[in-house]
Amino acid sequence: MKRRHAWWLLALPVLAGGLLWFGSGGDPVKPAPPAQREAETAALHDPAVIARGEYLATIGDCAACHTARDGKRYAGGRSLATPFGAVPAPNITPDADTGIGQWSFDDFWRALHHGKGRQGELLYPVFSYTSFTKVSRDDALAIFAYLKSLPPVRRPHDKPGLEFPYSLRSSLLAWRKLYFKPGVFQPDPAQSAEWNRGAYLVQGLGHCNECHTERDSLGGIVQDRELTGGRIPAVNWYAPDLSTRPGGGLAGWSAQDIVDLLKTGQSSKGTAFGPMADVVRLSTQHMTDADLQSVAVYLQSLPPRTPPADQPAAFSHAADHDQGGKLYAQHCADCHGDRGQGLADAYPPLDGNTSVTEPTGINAIRSILLGGFAPATAANPQPHSMPPFAPQLDDEDIAAVTNYIRQSWSNRAGTVKAEDVGVYRHAPID
Amino acid sequence: MNSPFFRPMLRAAVMLCAFGVYAVAVAQDTTTSLPDDFEQRVAACTSCHGAHGAGTPDNALVPRLAGKPAGYLLQQLEYFQTGQRRHAPMEYVVRQLSPAYLRQIAGYFAQQEVPFDHLPVPAVSTEVMRRGEQLALRGDSTRGVPSCVSCHGDKLTGVQPMMPGLAGLSYDYLSVQLASWRTRSRAADGPYCMGVVANRMRESDLQAVAAWLASQPAPDDMRPVPASEHTEPLPGWCVMGDSGVTP
Repeated sequence: MKRRHAWWLLALPVLAGGLLWFGSGGDPVKPAPPAQREAETAALHDPAVIARGEYLATIGDCAACHTARDGKRYAGGRSLATPFGAVPAPNITPDADTGIGQWSFDDFWRALHHGKGRQGELLYPVFSYTSFTKVSRDDALAIFAYLKSLPPVRRPHDKPGLEFPYSLRSSLLAWRKLYFKPGVFQPDPAQSAEWNRGAYLVQGLGHCNECHTERDSLGGIVQDRELTGGRIPAVNWYAPDLSTRPGGGLAGWSAQDIVDLLKTGQSSKGTAFGPMADVVRLSTQHMTDADLQSVAVYLQSLPPRTPPADQPAAFSHAADHDQGGKLYAQHCADCHGDRGQGLADAYPPLDGNTSVTEPTGINAIRSILLGGFAPATAANPQPHSMPPFAPQLDDEDIAAVTNYIRQSWSNRAGTVKAEDVGVYRHAPID
Repeated sequence: MNSPFFRPMLRAAVMLCAFGVYAVAVAQDTTTSLPDDFEQRVAACTSCHGAHGAGTPDNALVPRLAGKPAGYLLQQLEYFQTGQRRHAPMEYVVRQLSPAYLRQIAGYFAQQEVPFDHLPVPAVSTEVMRRGEQLALRGDSTRGVPSCVSCHGDKLTGVQPMMPGLAGLSYDYLSVQLASWRTRSRAADGPYCMGVVANRMRESDLQAVAAWLASQPAPDDMRPVPASEHTEPLPGWCVMGDSGVTP
C-alpha cells in the first residue's frame, strides 16, 4: 500500500502538466496523400505483402499480447499487468464490431506510429508504440494487410482495470511529452546494412527495450539506459543487460550464441526461461537466419558497461555459503556441473550466466522455485527441464543455494534473503 | 425421437467421436522416436511425480502418472496450458511445450508399467468404509450418483483412451480432486460429468469414497482396459450437457 501511495504523489504533477498541455493537441497526425493511399489500399490484397506481414507480425510477437491464454489467435483478451493496473489487449482480428474490421491503414498507422486510437484517443503505452513508432510505413502496411486477412473473430473489448488517475487517458499527454518521440528508425550511414537491420529490429518491431531497459516510477523508459537491463514491472522477472562487451550482461557471448538462444531457446552461455522463453517460442525461433545474424551484429556493437562504483574491493561470501554449497552438490551439480559449467545442449552453465548474476537475484530465485522446460522450438523440439524446487526446499535453503551460485566460480553478485524467496514463492506465474 | 434409448445412444456417439479424435491424435505422435534420455529430459515431471511417473510417498497430493491413458494425460496437460485446470506450478511447467512434445510426454508416462507404494489412509470407521465401497462399486441411485466402476473400469484401472484409473491414487489427492470438481477449479470441455457427480455427493461421501479407493490393493494388471472391453453401460443420467446442467 505504501508503494501505491508513492506512485500517486509522483503522478499528481504529471497529471497537472497533462492538463496544462491539454490544449496543445499532442502530435499532429497527417493523413497520407491520395495517390499513396490508393497504392496502399491495393497492397492490402497482395498475397506477397500479406505473407511478409505474417512474418513481421511474428517477429513483432503481436500474438503474445493480443491472444488470451485459451483464446483465438489475435482476438485479444489477455490481461497485461502493469504497476498502474491491468490493461486488456484488444481484438486485432478484422471483426467489424469488436476488432479492426472498420479500420483503414491510416487508422492502423496512427496507432502503431503515433500511439493514438481510431478516435484520436491516447493509447496506453503498455502497447509498445514507444518502440513500434520506429517501424517503417511499408512494414506497418504489410502487418496491417496480414491482420486484415485473418478470419474475423467476434470478441468484445474488456475494460481496462487502471487505477485513478491513470484511468484518465488525458494523463497520458504529459507522459508522452516525457517519454515518447514519434519517428521511424533512421539508419546510420556509418554502419553496415546488417547492423542497421539489427538495430531496426531490436529498437523497433522486436521492442526489446520494453523489457530490457529500466523503467522509472512513472513507467517510462529511462533515457540513455537502452538495453542495459531492467526489472520488468509487475511481472517479477529481470530482463538482463544485452551488451556482450566487458561488464555487459552477455559478456563473452559470440554472435553464434545470440543466434542460438533466439533460434533454439538455448546457447552455450544460457537458456531462455520465464518471459524470454515465451518470446523465443512464439517469435524469435521463426526469424530468418539473416535477421538473427543482424540482431547479433547489432547487440555485439553495444558498448562495454562500467561496473557499479560501490563494488566492494574485497569480496566475502554470504554467511550461508557452506550450506548453499552442500545443497548445490546435492540438488544442482548433477546437471549444472560441480564448477557450474553446465552440460552442452542440455543444461546451461551457471558460472558467468547473467540470469544467475543479474542485480536483483529474482531470476535465480524464481528459476529454482519454478523449474520448468526450455522452450520447445523447431530446432530443439524435446528440450530438457529443471525440477521445481519449491516443494522440496524452504526459503532459507533456496536463499542459500541462490547465494552460493551467485558467489561461486567467477560470479560476484549480491546476496538475497530468505524473505525475498518468500515473496517470489507466491508471485503469480502469468 | 423420445425413445428411451435415443438420448443415451446419442450421447455415447458424441463421446465416442470426441474420444476417437483424441485417440488418433495420440497414436500419431507417440510413435515418433523418443531420445534415450527421455526420462532425464522430463526431470521437471518426475521430480514430483516420481521416477517413471510412479507417484511418490513424499507428497500425497501429487498423483501417479504411470499407465494412465495417454489421451487423458494429454488432455490434462492441455488444460494446464489453457488454464482450464488450475495449479500454478503445473501451469508454469507445461507453458513452453509444443503440442507434439506434450503428446510425447503423455505417451511416455502412459507406457510406463511400474509398481506403486500405497500411502496411508486416515483411520475411518467401518461404516464410512462401507459407504465408500457402495459408492465406488454400486453408486447411489437415490442421489443420482453413478458408481466409480461404471466409468473408470471394473478394476478402477481406467478405460482407453480418456478415462483415468483411480487405483493407486492417494486419499489426499482423491479428496482434493473431488473438491476441485465441485468448485470447478477442475473442469472439462463437457460433458461435465465429474463436476455434476461430485456435487451430487454429500461432503462425507467424498471422504468415504476417497478412503475406500485409496485403501484397495493394487490389481495385478494396472493397465487401463481397452474401450471395447468396457461393457458397463453408462447410465443415461450420468452424461450431462455441455453446461454441466442435467439436460
